[in-house]
Amino acid sequence: MEPLIQIKDLVKIYPLGEMEVQALRGVSLSIERGEFVAIMGASGSGKSTFMNILGFLDRPTSGQYLLDGINGEHLSRDELAEIRNQKIGFIFQGFNLLARTSAIENVHLPLIYAHVLSRRRKEMAQKALSAVGLEGREDHHPSQLSGGEQQRVAIARALVNQPSILLADEPTGNLDSKTSAEIMAIFQNLNGEMGITIVMITHEQDIAAYAKRKILFKDGKIVEDHV
Amino acid sequence: MMTTFLASLRIALRALLVNKMRSVLTMLGIIIGVGAVIAMIAVGSGAKQRIAEQIESMGANILIVLSGSSTSGGLRHGTGTVPTLTVDDAKAILSEIPGVRHVAPQISGVAQVVYGSQNWSTVIYGTTPEILEVREWRLNLGRPFTQPDVDGATKVCVLGRTVAENLFGGIDPIGQIVRIKKVPFTVVGVLAPKGQSSWGTDQDDIIFVPLTTAQKRLFGMQFPGMVRVITVQAREREVMQTVEEQITGLLRQRHRIQPGQDNDFSVRNLTEIASSAEESARIMSLLLGTIASISLIVGGIGIMNIMLVSVTERTREIGIRIAVGAKGRDILLQFLIESLLLSLVGGMLGIGVGIGGTLILSSFTEWPILFSVQAILLAFLFAASVGVFFGFYPARKASLLNPIEALRYE
Repeated sequence: MEPLIQIKDLVKIYPLGEMEVQALRGVSLSIERGEFVAIMGASGSGKSTFMNILGFLDRPTSGQYLLDGINGEHLSRDELAEIRNQKIGFIFQGFNLLARTSAIENVHLPLIYAHVLSRRRKEMAQKALSAVGLEGREDHHPSQLSGGEQQRVAIARALVNQPSILLADEPTGNLDSKTSAEIMAIFQNLNGEMGITIVMITHEQDIAAYAKRKILFKDGKIVEDHV
Repeated sequence: MMTTFLASLRIALRALLVNKMRSVLTMLGIIIGVGAVIAMIAVGSGAKQRIAEQIESMGANILIVLSGSSTSGGLRHGTGTVPTLTVDDAKAILSEIPGVRHVAPQISGVAQVVYGSQNWSTVIYGTTPEILEVREWRLNLGRPFTQPDVDGATKVCVLGRTVAENLFGGIDPIGQIVRIKKVPFTVVGVLAPKGQSSWGTDQDDIIFVPLTTAQKRLFGMQFPGMVRVITVQAREREVMQTVEEQITGLLRQRHRIQPGQDNDFSVRNLTEIASSAEESARIMSLLLGTIASISLIVGGIGIMNIMLVSVTERTREIGIRIAVGAKGRDILLQFLIESLLLSLVGGMLGIGVGIGGTLILSSFTEWPILFSVQAILLAFLFAASVGVFFGFYPARKASLLNPIEALRYE
């Protein structure tokens, strides 16, 4: 079976006035199904740019990226949205939940855009919330939940469409160490028990330690990659 | 598709309910706009309808021939002070001009009318039975006076509603005797009410008596056989111009007026006067409607303004939605539904405000009003299209946001 992610010579250049910023300078990588990868690097090392490209939120200037055999190069905005909806679950540092919207309705969000019928939506969202241990808190709004609980709602939202990959951008960046450990336990469980592929950005060594594989970015290049 | 639509509707409703105050203020522009359009059209159509009714009450295709200024021995009398028309002029107009259907010569004057202990001052018209047909008077009670009444100069009269009410109150006036200038007249009929004329006088404050009786007993003694006014009804509207010219020609000939000399009579076309009043009412109503529509457009700009603010405020939310798979049209639909809801709810409230406001206005001013379903529907549809039109730009802007930047937006 071919790898889930195949990346070859990925380059991303941002025009910035007269100058050009080279965020990625030729990255090649492949990630197998079921891997748990931590991407590390100082700020400005290109790891966020890399994540945006992995998540089909951005396009590379050159090079090739295949997710599950799909090449996003010639796809339209709406086609990319559909791939994000079906194949990718996002988890952000700031949780990015909709305010004034209950936990379960936040989890509904990807299903709405997948045109899943209302009754089926409820079942799936319920299941995803149970998987992150939030039964009984479905109707709470983000403001009534702790940071750890909010991040778990975000994980449930990322999981609900049964994506091929979870992309987490500093998922513990806003959490204390105890809650961080809880979130990491959930990640390990999702990866270990359910075989979900996870790619996670972090700059903390002890968080990266939960992953099976660590990749270090520096100046837009991979400088270390070890299991 | 239906699922997405219902979901978008729910999202839009929630967004509007979260900012209740702002939503209401935004709607205010549409409420006032729709209300103003409805009120203005109601007032305009009311005025138009009243004028149309007055034209109808005046009778169709009417020309009025008035006694004019006459000169006797170098002394010029004012218009209408001396009767210059005769009953024979009236007969000649009817027999010699083919476009004329009826003529009714008349003399008139103000007199005190007495019944029992009641008395009332009113205008007495001495005329022929045709007048009732020409001016479209209907009878409520009794009968009109007839040609034999005119031929025999009988002392009978037909009362206008106002006169009947003031003299008789609740009593049946038919067969009763009233005294006009001390001459006893038998009441034979009471007219159906017509209400106010175009210039605000009470058309029902009137008494009709046979022309001959009036000439012999009431006003005609000074100038026997003369009349002040001849009312002429043309056969149809198209010939009125011709008939007017022919009457002028005929009367100049009959009165032996030399070329270059002024007429001693004048001919007025009442229908023309009334239809120009109708036309100005129509223009006024159009003008008011246009001004009101401008406020509706201003309301639409208000919606656009608030929607732009809302898009900016919710940039992050839009970013989240796009990241988890919302397509451009999903975002577009969501914001378009929001502005459409604002304008539709505003439109409905505006209909209420418009109707209520107009009713209050008319109860204070006693202006005539007329609501039309078409005008209300039109105002509502206009509001809806304003919502779509002005909501489109902000919605499109939202749908084109870059998700990475939107997610980073604080």
